[in-house]
This record gives sequence, structure tokens and C-alpha cells, in this order.
Amino acid sequence: MEGRIHSFESFGTVDGPGIRFVVFLQGCPLRCQYCHNPDTWDKNGGQLMTPEQVLARYDKNKVFYQKGGITVTGGEPLLQPEFVTELFALCKKKGIHTCLDTSGCTFRFGDEGYLAQLDALLAVTDLIMLDLKIMDPQKHRQLTGADNKGILSFARYVGQKGVAMWIRHVCIPTVNDCPDDWRALGTFMATLPTVKALDVLPYHTLGVNKYEEMGLTYPLKDLPAATKQQADEAKTYILEQFRLERQKK
Amino acid sequence: MNDLYKGWDGFEGGTWVKEINVRSFIRHNYTPYDGDDAFLQAPTQATLTLWDQVTELSRQELEAGGVLDMDTDVVSTITSHAPGYLNKELEQIVGFQTEKPFKRAFMPYGGIRTAKRACEDNGYHVPDQMDEFFTNHRKTHNAGVFDVYTPEMRACRSSHIITGLPDAYGRGRIIGDYRRVALYGVDRLIEDKEEQKRTTRSAMYEEIIRDREELAEQIRALHQLKQMALSYGFDISKPAANVKEAIQWLYFGYLAAIKEQNGAAMSLGRTSTFLDIYAQRDLEKGLFTETEIQEMVDHFIMKLRLVKFARTPEYNALFSGDPQWVTESIGGVAIDGRHLVTKMSYRYLHTLKNLGPSPEPNLTVLWSVNLPENFKRYCAKISIETSSIQYENDDLMRFTHGDDYAIACCVSSMRVGKEMQFFGARANLAKCLLYAINGGVDEVSKKQVGPEFTPITSEYLDYDEVMRKYDAMMQWLAEVYVNTLNVIHYMHDKYCYEKLQMALHDKNVTRWFATGIAGLSVVADSLSAIKYAKVKVIRDESGLAVDYKVEGDFPKFGNDDDRVDEIAREIVHIFMEHIRKNHTYRNSIPTTSILTITSNVVYGKATGNTPDGRKAGEAFAPGANPMHRRDTNGAVASLASVSKLPFIDAQDGISNTFSIIPGALGKEDRIFAGDLDVELDCINGACMTPTLFDDMDD
Repeated sequence: MEGRIHSFESFGTVDGPGIRFVVFLQGCPLRCQYCHNPDTWDKNGGQLMTPEQVLARYDKNKVFYQKGGITVTGGEPLLQPEFVTELFALCKKKGIHTCLDTSGCTFRFGDEGYLAQLDALLAVTDLIMLDLKIMDPQKHRQLTGADNKGILSFARYVGQKGVAMWIRHVCIPTVNDCPDDWRALGTFMATLPTVKALDVLPYHTLGVNKYEEMGLTYPLKDLPAATKQQADEAKTYILEQFRLERQKK
Repeated sequence: MNDLYKGWDGFEGGTWVKEINVRSFIRHNYTPYDGDDAFLQAPTQATLTLWDQVTELSRQELEAGGVLDMDTDVVSTITSHAPGYLNKELEQIVGFQTEKPFKRAFMPYGGIRTAKRACEDNGYHVPDQMDEFFTNHRKTHNAGVFDVYTPEMRACRSSHIITGLPDAYGRGRIIGDYRRVALYGVDRLIEDKEEQKRTTRSAMYEEIIRDREELAEQIRALHQLKQMALSYGFDISKPAANVKEAIQWLYFGYLAAIKEQNGAAMSLGRTSTFLDIYAQRDLEKGLFTETEIQEMVDHFIMKLRLVKFARTPEYNALFSGDPQWVTESIGGVAIDGRHLVTKMSYRYLHTLKNLGPSPEPNLTVLWSVNLPENFKRYCAKISIETSSIQYENDDLMRFTHGDDYAIACCVSSMRVGKEMQFFGARANLAKCLLYAINGGVDEVSKKQVGPEFTPITSEYLDYDEVMRKYDAMMQWLAEVYVNTLNVIHYMHDKYCYEKLQMALHDKNVTRWFATGIAGLSVVADSLSAIKYAKVKVIRDESGLAVDYKVEGDFPKFGNDDDRVDEIAREIVHIFMEHIRKNHTYRNSIPTTSILTITSNVVYGKATGNTPDGRKAGEAFAPGANPMHRRDTNGAVASLASVSKLPFIDAQDGISNTFSIIPGALGKEDRIFAGDLDVELDCINGACMTPTLFDDMDD
């Protein structure tokens, strides 16, 4: 079994708890307008590696990751569920903390083969970092090229399975930074029983030159980066709503 | 205990009572501190007033073009200047190199031309009779060296295959054990040196004659040290009686050294835990408060920030600024397993808060996995806030240097008072690779500098052929390099001897013969390109290889890829083995360093296109760093490549310069200094869920 790997980050400090070895997988079905890794989109790119080869890289410097672990992100890692399952299963045998950073967009409700595969993966996953971009399906389609029905179902499903979850949300000025958007997100989060944390990231423009290098047009060209204050404001608002909803119950 | 040693009251005895042995004193008396930084005190009003004054003088200095005042007609010695003060009423610790702060002393013994140029380039005129005296009547180190240099040495020097040689300025890198002044008082040290002189062998062969002359010089320097302190109103003939005196005595020792020598690195040693013994005793006695002790430390460190030397613009270009390398080593772990962190370790680092961030003194934490957790956290916090701490691997160095070594300059470790080093600049191994390809012809000047070996003539470079020729060229380079340094250190000892610093050493010192390597990652990547990609040679009309075209991709140093990391390791080993084959001056032990903090820019400037795709004139990476932007797998992988370099072959140190952008150490940079702040606990301080990951630092 081989996976398509885009690259590695040996010193990941923002993709889960502690210092982490981050594996970027190749291929993504979404085309988020603000994506800063367009070079991970192509499903046929990257280099082929086995889970053992990936883990060997982790092992070389495992002393750094004692309080962290491994994070698989992308691209969209759930395009290669068998590979990730095998990798995480190996990790669990060695007691390595596993984190899956996903958009959840590949979720197919009712597809039993798919769900069996997902269950196998969730069984070896310690933490899911789920990126929720915007709650409104219409705006979601506009922003990412797909609606968010599957994503939300994925979130509920993971919750039911009892896997811990961190919600990530990128605060993009004028796109998803109005109180209605935040309220909707807080309300939805409150329905997820295993959500442990919310991480709101300010939108940045560091990916722009990758578009130029790849000869692509950057869709949000004139949009300025969000400030930390804007992200903090969004976080406070979302959490307030989250708390209100939780208190109702 | 007799009256003479009142200063030792309350200390536990040990070997240190019978012989000069500061390490033994520390072992028997220090108090390891495991607590946090809560005890630290803010600056006093006096400290703030003095620092304002310093800030204003620094502003004036900058405005004046980098130099505020210079001596041109007084040759600096330990006793050459009257006492200098910022504000005598406020200063807890006193002493400047000249009679006033910010005035640079005139030090011609390294070389009159350099000393003169340092003045003239800054707009100060050196009197002709001074020039005449040091040209015709009193020979300098520089003059001695050039009397002996061979044409080959000169050619290597001007083509920059060997660069930065200390042949026209003070070599530095020697650390006097300034703690001895405080612990024993100068009289006891003089007595000890007199005894050493009395007990030399009586057969007068060259070595003994030199030893006796040097000991006489050392004793003279110690007398001058006493005299200099007396001019400030302190009798330092006896041991220091309290922490304030201990800091002052110690600083006088250091001050005498920097009045006498304008060395390339004038490091302080490992003083904090030593001084803490006095502070702890005085706190227990109720003699001083914590605020008072911090004030003394702040004023001491302030003095170390104001060390100034007269230097030429070229020198500053080589080192990118006006560095003094007042390195102070903090922390580490003792041989008996106890860590060496004390409250004084915190107080030193706390000056970065009280006085603000500063590159000098170069506060260096000797890092060990066994340092107390609180101290690790504190270091991380101060590093993130000030970017002013250097780290060194104590676990690695303790193995060869014990637990009382200090760092000179940036990475050179030596046992304080027991070892010294002969500083040896660097050999440009990237240029050496080009010489291997071009049969010893310099790619910039087109002159035959190296031996006239057969150049490589093939269209594409063959790894085995290149390696064979490179090996031979490295052997040649190592030989001419070591011999050049032999000349330099002979002459430095003869004409510019560090008498005060050596007076604060044992009689039988171990001497390290330091060499250095520049351009290691360029070499590793070049050889990797030759081995794993195809490198086409582009030659000029004379057939000289002047450029290279890399076809295909190749593993690059800095990605934890053994294919290229192994090449880097091998090169260091081969070069060091060639160094070891040569005779080294004064029975010194050869070492090498892979260290450049800033001079890599200058080395790169003097080097043509290289087979890794680096263009002529482009800077090398500093020290053992991977080449800029070629490490694409993150920090751990980058550091892992560096960590594979063999310390045993580069015992003088391996440096890695590392910058981290804000945010890269985790959310709010808190992975290292605290807990991650993404939990659901931040609304009006009300916690909704317990902190799940409360142990994520480290």
C-alpha cells in the first residue's frame, strides 16, 4: 500500500498538540478560494511512499515528538483513507499520538464500504482537526466549490463515534466574518459532543506567490489578510454562541 | 581561618583552599536552584538612570558615525588610564577601558598599521612618532608574521582560500579565570605564579626560557591589575568579602584583560554560579537584598555591554558589526549529576528584561536535558521575548571538557583557567573544491595558487574523480593552513602576549590549535549534485571551469537525508584528518570548528560559481547551516542534518544560526513557553472544559 505524499514538516507546532511530524498528502477535491497549498490539489502528483517509509522518517527524530505526535493533513487525507488507516495503525502500535486534519468533504452517508473504512480509521485516530469554513451551504459552495452537507454529516458521525475533535476555522474578512456566520458555527459546534477546542486562524496571503508560480489566478487577489484581533473577535463570538447553546441543554 | 581569608567565612573547605581551584570551590559551596523566576526584581531607579545615560551616549556614538572618541597617543595598558565613570554616585560596579565611557583605546601590539587605520578611518590622526616607534623600534605581531610568511601563504591569504587570519589583529579566544581574582585576591595569585617560576627546570633550553619570561610578564600584569583597582579605590590584594566585591574584583580582572588586548573574542567565562555562592551567603546573612544584588548584576552587565575596541571598517565588515564576543556561559550540569543552575543564572538572563535585549554580553546557556524544568521554561520565554540567548549542547561538551568549561567567542569550549586556544580563522572548503576541479588555479584571480595538479577536463563531473582530487587538494590546504597558523601564534606569543589572561591560568595549560571550515553546506550540496544529478562544466576560453549546470535534482543538506548528510560528515572527517597530520605550534592539540556567524558573507563574495548551483559572490550559509531555502522539511530535519556532523572531528564547535518567525513556535509561541491556547476556556475567564493538554511544552 502506497500513499501519495506531497511533503513533510518536521517541526509542526500548529497542527495539533505539541511538536508534531506533519505529513502532507497529495490531492484535494475542494478548490477553496483562499487555499494556500494549491500545489497539493492534483490527485496524480506527489511521491509514492509506504506507511513504513513515512514512519521511518518520524522515528529518526522521534525524541522531538514525545509530547506531540504525527499529523496527517493535505491536500485532503481522506482521499487516501486506506493509506492513512495503515499509517495510523502502525503509529498506535508504537503509542504515537495520531491527528487527522481534514475538511471532511469526502464523507458519503449510507455508503457502507466507505463507512467501514472510516470506522477503521477512526479507531486508530486520537484527534480530528476539522476545518469548518462556513455554515451556509450556498456560501460554502461559492467559497470551496462544493456544499457542506457531507462535511457536517462527517462532523456528527465523528462525534457519535466519540473521537475527540478540534474545530478549525479561518476568519476571512468579508467572506465569513459576519455575526450570522459565527452564530451558525457556534450553534453547530454545540451539537458535537466530542469537540474539545476551537482554533480560529486569521486569513493570510502567504499562498499567493504559489499561484503565480503555478500560473493560476488567485481568486481573492485584492482581499487583505485578517488581523489577529479579527480572529480573536470571531473566536469570542463563536464561543459565546457555543456556550449559550450548551447551556440550553 | 586567619584574618587574611575573612572573605571565606562561612564557605565549606576543599581542595580549593590549598590550591588555586575555582571548580572545587563551586562544587563545595553552590546551591542549585530549581524554582522559577518569581524572585527576580525590577531595575532600580539608579539602573534606569544609568541606562538612559548609556542610551543617550549610544545615540551620540551612532550619530558620530560609530565612534564617539578615540585615543591616538596613549598606548593602552592595564594602568594606562585614570578611572572612568558614567556616574560615580550611582554605579555599583565601576571601571572602563579608558578614562571615560565610549572612548576607544589605542592598542598597537597586534599591528601598527591596523591600529592606525582603525583611528584614521574613523577620522582620528595617530601622531607620526607613534607610527615611527612601532615601525622602527618596537616590532608588532603583524610585522613578525610578515617577516616569516612564505609566498604560498601570502597567495592563499590574498585569494581568500584562507581568510580572517589573526595576523594583523589580536587573536583573542583566551578566557582568563577572572573568578580567581575574587576568590583568592591578587596577592595569593602572585604568590602562586612566583612559586611556578621558582620551580621551573634549571636547564635553560628555549622552552624554559620562554616559560620564565612569560611568568615574569604574568606577575607584572597581576601587580598592574592591583594598581589599576587601587586607582578606583579598591584594594583587591585580598579575597572579596561579599557579593558586591566579588563582582567588582572579577570585573577588574576582565577589565585588565580588555585594556591590554583587543582580541577577536574577549569572552568572560562561566561566572554566574560562582558569584551566586557569594550572593546566597549575603542573602542569608541579610547583608544585601535581592533588589540590591540584581542592581549589582545589572550594572555589571551594563559594563560588559560597553566594552569597545578600535576597529577598522574591514574588520566590521568581516564580522557584520562591532562584536566583542563577551561570551558568558550559564547553567550546564556537573559531573556529579547536579545541575549548575543557580539564582544568579536567572539574574544574568534577567538583565535582558531590566536593560532590554542585547547581543552583548553573549549570554550562552549550556543546555542539557537535565536542566531543571523551570529554568528551561524561563530560557524559552526570554529567548522568545528577546532573541538574545545562545544555546550550546552541554551534554556533548561535558564529555570532553568536564563541568567547568566556558565558551569563547561563539562555540569554542575550554576548561576555564586550564585550557586556552590559538584562534585560527577558517579555510574555505568550497573554494578548495573549485581548486580541485581547476588544478589549483583560482577561479576568480585565475592565478595558480594551489599546487599545479591536473585539472578535470571532462564535460560532466565524475564523483570519484572529483573526490580523489578534492582529497589531495584538502591535504595541501590543511598543510599550508596549519603552517600559516604556526607562524601567527608564534609571533602573537612573542609580540602580543596575553599576560594578564595567562596569569589567570594554571602553569601547565592545554593549548587547542583551532582551525575552521567555511562553506561546508556548499561543498556537501555540490558533491551531492555531482553524485546524484549531472553537473556539466562550463569553461572559459582558457579552459578554466567557471560555471556549472546542474541537470536533475539532488539531495540537499538540511533535509535529514543521509545520502548528502553522509557526504558532509565525511568531508569534515577527511579535512580534520589532514589537519592532524601536521606539526602544530607549542604542542597544541588540533581541532576544527564549523562556525561562521557573519563572515560567511565575505567568504561567499570571494568564491566563484559552485557545482551546487550557487552563483559567484553569493553568501555561504553561516556555520554548519544548510544553504538558504534548500531545507524544505522543517526545522527538525534541518537540525538533524547538522547534528550528524561529527563533534569528535570538529571539537572546536559546530554552529547553527536559527531564526524563527513569530507564530512558528505554536499559537502565540506557546508550545515552548506555556500551554496552547485553543481550548474552549477563554470566554470571560470562565473555563468550560478542563485544559486537556496541559503538558505540551518542551
